[in-house]
Amino acid sequence: MNWQGWAEIALTLGLAVAIGWPLGVYMSRVWNGERTWLDPVMRPVERFFYAACGVDAKKNQTWWSYAGALLAFNLFGFLFVYAVLRLQGVLPLNPQGFPGLSEHLSFNTAISFVTNTNWQSYGGETTMSTLSQMLVLTTQNFVSAATGATVAAALARAFTANRGEGVGNFWADLVRTTLYVLLPISFVVAVLLVALGLPQTLSAGVIAHTMEGAEQKISLYAVASQEAIKMLGINGGGVFNVNSAHPFENPTPLTNLITAISINVLGWAAFFAFGRSVLAKKDVRALVLAAAVLLFAGAATIYATETMTPPAQQAAGVETAVNMEGKEVRFGAPATAAWAAATTGASNGSVNGMHSSLMPLGGGMAMFLMHLGEILPGGIGSGIAVMVVMAILSVFVAGLMVGRTPEYLGKKIEAREVQLSILAVLAIPVATLGFSAIAAVLPEALKGLMHSGPHGMSEILYAYTSATANNGSAFAGLTANAPWWDATLGVAMALGRFLPIVAILAMAGSLVAKPKLAPSAGTLPTHGGLFVGLLVGVILILGGLQFFPALALGPIVEHFQVLAVTDGH
Amino acid sequence: MTTIESPMGNGAGEGRRKAGALAGGLSPAIMTRAAKDAFVKLDPRKLTGNPVIFATWIVALLSTVSAVAAVASHQSAGFAIQIAGWLWATVLFANLAESVAEGRGKAAADSLRATRVTTNAKLITDEATGAVTPTPAHKLVPGSLILIEAGDVVPTDGEIVEGMASVNEAAITGESAPVIRESGGDRSAVTGGTTVVSDWIKVRVTAQPGSTFLDRMIAMVEGADRRKTPNEIALAVLLAGLTLIFLIAVVTLLGLGKFSGVNLDPIVLGALFITLIPTTIGGLLSAVGIAGMDRLMKHNVLATSGRAVEAAGDVDTLLLDKTGTITFGNRMATEVIAAPGVRPEAALRAAISASLADETPEGRSIVELGRNQGIVIEAPQNATSIAFSATTRQSGLDANGMSWRKGAVDAVYRSLALDPKMVPAEVTAAVDRIARSGGTPLAVSENGVLVGVIHLKDVVKPNVKERFADLRRMGLRTVMITGDNPVTAAAIASEAGVDDFLAEATPEDKLRLIREEQGKGRLVAMCGDGANDAPALAQADVGVAMQTGAQAAREAGNMVDLDSDPTKVIEIVEVGKQMLITRGALTTFSIANDVAKYFAIIPAMFVVSLPALGALNVMKLHSPQSAILSAVIFNALVIVALIPLALKGVKYRAIGAGKLLSRNLMVYGLGGLVAPFAGIKLIDLIVSTLGWA
Repeated sequence: MNWQGWAEIALTLGLAVAIGWPLGVYMSRVWNGERTWLDPVMRPVERFFYAACGVDAKKNQTWWSYAGALLAFNLFGFLFVYAVLRLQGVLPLNPQGFPGLSEHLSFNTAISFVTNTNWQSYGGETTMSTLSQMLVLTTQNFVSAATGATVAAALARAFTANRGEGVGNFWADLVRTTLYVLLPISFVVAVLLVALGLPQTLSAGVIAHTMEGAEQKISLYAVASQEAIKMLGINGGGVFNVNSAHPFENPTPLTNLITAISINVLGWAAFFAFGRSVLAKKDVRALVLAAAVLLFAGAATIYATETMTPPAQQAAGVETAVNMEGKEVRFGAPATAAWAAATTGASNGSVNGMHSSLMPLGGGMAMFLMHLGEILPGGIGSGIAVMVVMAILSVFVAGLMVGRTPEYLGKKIEAREVQLSILAVLAIPVATLGFSAIAAVLPEALKGLMHSGPHGMSEILYAYTSATANNGSAFAGLTANAPWWDATLGVAMALGRFLPIVAILAMAGSLVAKPKLAPSAGTLPTHGGLFVGLLVGVILILGGLQFFPALALGPIVEHFQVLAVTDGH
Repeated sequence: MTTIESPMGNGAGEGRRKAGALAGGLSPAIMTRAAKDAFVKLDPRKLTGNPVIFATWIVALLSTVSAVAAVASHQSAGFAIQIAGWLWATVLFANLAESVAEGRGKAAADSLRATRVTTNAKLITDEATGAVTPTPAHKLVPGSLILIEAGDVVPTDGEIVEGMASVNEAAITGESAPVIRESGGDRSAVTGGTTVVSDWIKVRVTAQPGSTFLDRMIAMVEGADRRKTPNEIALAVLLAGLTLIFLIAVVTLLGLGKFSGVNLDPIVLGALFITLIPTTIGGLLSAVGIAGMDRLMKHNVLATSGRAVEAAGDVDTLLLDKTGTITFGNRMATEVIAAPGVRPEAALRAAISASLADETPEGRSIVELGRNQGIVIEAPQNATSIAFSATTRQSGLDANGMSWRKGAVDAVYRSLALDPKMVPAEVTAAVDRIARSGGTPLAVSENGVLVGVIHLKDVVKPNVKERFADLRRMGLRTVMITGDNPVTAAAIASEAGVDDFLAEATPEDKLRLIREEQGKGRLVAMCGDGANDAPALAQADVGVAMQTGAQAAREAGNMVDLDSDPTKVIEIVEVGKQMLITRGALTTFSIANDVAKYFAIIPAMFVVSLPALGALNVMKLHSPQSAILSAVIFNALVIVALIPLALKGVKYRAIGAGKLLSRNLMVYGLGGLVAPFAGIKLIDLIVSTLGWA
């Protein structure tokens, strides 16, 4: 540990918040249908989409109509991706000549990209054609991210309305977020990345002749464009197998900084956008602060564990205090720690180092940040939406202590909101722990593990955590392209995505109809340090504590086992 | 300026406590019955409404089965028996909390039942002759006409159609001084169970047999049809959700543990599950609600539902009648301003003399004002009192060639043939000042000469200003309702420190104001007693009807104040808040407890197979078994320890939401985090010393 390391972590995480703020103001304008400077270019395109699809974008949909549109759109996306992947071998733009994907891999991958998870049971450069990468995967990178944003936009309207009816129009939110936010910002970042050396080509790759005279095939894709939306859309599915550790995805410390910031920037922007749309900037700043404190604590834990010498190494007289296994030398421990926290705190899932090689507590922290529900800051929109759920639970538990039935942002929190909040946070423990417990005793599943014992436990837990939380990062070690893993991880991803979304939209439907109350001196203040502390406590105790027994059997026991080894042999 | 002793006591202070039917503490008899009830409630059908305790019941049963199986197969079963025993104790303690809370209400209901009439009522069978037929009370139907004479117990509820009587209502209100009930107006209702002490009345029965006020009162205090309140339901949902999440966390350990080579005893898993689920609040939740109703009863207020009590905590706007709530109700003399050239004492003496024959409250208050300043004037012999009339608009006294008059300023001027322009400027200024401040100026003359001005004002009760400031800090707006003109209303409103006022208010205005406030998403509380208040009482979220009030009002409100004290609405709001605060505090405490329980049980569960996890045993508990047993025992005992808090309620302080939250978070959040570490450690010491585990 050194101050440069801490500064790098603080800068990486802090810049994302700082840039997210103005972008959030812009995003809010897009959600609210206000004028933006892109209107002259994008309005005609937007209108064209509505006309082409026969959509009445002005119709204020009820929550179930909104949720129905969202589910239908995603179902269509799933079928389309599945079909293209299965038929890859006969489709054009396949210079690599890859065959179609297996049923279970197509199923898993289609769900994965539709749910914004981007779990990859495959290695990109040995599986995916250029067409598949560009047509279905990159497209889903955009629209799955926009889908998440629509949830926050609808929830914002629910909090703004006074005895309202509809929560907005799904198609308008989807199209506008994609056209006005994701596309232009991705374009700028992609151009920047090309300038910094990322490949952007339709060719399959080049053949290199090594000094030993062997031939080496170096795969190429339109990397920069996919890289930009992979980060900004909080998708995380890399073109190449090793993701952002690959020199074509992330060649230099500068691209590392830019892409690391890109992981969180729109997640934070959605927080600020929500605050502006609901006219509750102060309250949302408290949410940002709580998330930032937890995220920084996570990064700090990882950085600390990666740079503290275990007793056994000390006994063996190892000089370096940094665990460099699985890390890129060009990035080092701080950049890897910041990235690991950022990617698991958001539901991104890209990696610039191997999480399996982190020290036990570092890997455990990466898992724990996902257990918290992907709210630090999580996916675009989906993060703030679940964070609001946590705030509602906090307000409900603690708000009673000021002697009123609780309210949040001017809306009374009653049985239905509590019920739906619980439903929204239930998916992660159910799918993560449920599937893990089954996989842990199923020989069919255990074949995919690389390790037994605590590290094997971590491999299982990490996989289901990552899938359910729609993160998509891999612990490495697990060979997941097998029917059991592909199928169950697919189900976990779908559960983890759509259960909270439907619950939150249903909650929006309940909230929108309620009167908007003016705060009084008797209202629990939901800004300020006290509330931040309360929220952090509730996130840790209600959101994280139930994973403590499982984590005890994985990273925690492994940590103490490492500490227990005191001689150097 | 003269201070006025309150003749009516400090109405804005603590509610007057009476030895009413509803008062009474927790007697040993109540406790014995509660202990018995705790066992009766072990019937699982009675527990289905409480998922947390129901889950505990099931796990207790499973552990018992497993303990019995261990005994049958001659394995060591001491640990299993102890765990099962403490799990049953957890359920029993939760039941005990509820039955203790119910106990006082049941006792009060029993004593109310005793007042039901068993003797025959006098049914008037022939209205022309007034002939009566003895008829049992339960045969009286609405519309029947009955005669009630001195010494009779009123057999059922009704309206007086003829006559007037003094009625002792102690059976209902606890107030033993009789009250006058007469036909016509808002004092015509009589209540079954009360006693006519003098005279006679003819009463038209208004209540169906079995649904009299007394019957409803019995049902309310007994909590017979106690339904869960909205907030209680929401909290129950949260607790059920947490129970489900922890069930998943514990059940999945079967698979995860097998992978890790850990052999998990089902009894231990059951113990972990029970300690993690929020048994503390789950066990105390219904007790808190019942105790809230109970606290209202101690204030002599009956709520028709727990929902009303809960709504009271949420009230944003309080509509308060000026008269009787904010002011004493009668205008009183507060000063006498002497005209130029007249000694102040002389002016005061003249004012008193003019009032000696005046028996109105205003007149008496002038005599009272003099007495407070040490001036007592006896009425002279052969004095002639000049009564007030609508034409002269003044009154006074003539005696021994002297004459004193007091009255409306312009009327006195006219009778003195004074041109208002000729009146000394000091007097005019005083008159204007009094009028502007909302008071009423009276001119006083002695022997045809203007000597001064009396300041009559509506006196605001002491302490109300502080009380309203407290309410404001808790986010409540107070609105004063009065029939006065806007000038007078504004003056009193500013003196009393209310946030707003409604002047020249009619019952329709009141109703409109309530609807307006509700339209802005605010909850409104009000109290009223007249029949014309009934629509507003029904519209308000919390409508407190006065027991002395009209029947229609009592039926429209969702609370009845047996003391008929309109300031009580403030206490009602506080009781509502206190109930919510208690619920929140216990929930927070319960959830915060989990951290320590993890640190007790997780290392104990795994340490045999994974010795490295012994590092998590931060409390250095004696052995895995003692650790688990201690956590279970702590979990059971904490319910008993918190029963008094659940019944008494967390103290409510009017310090604003932010401060209240930080204070309660410190005590119940942080306390809930720390207390079990100490408690479990202590129990572990005892358990290991006694050799239980």
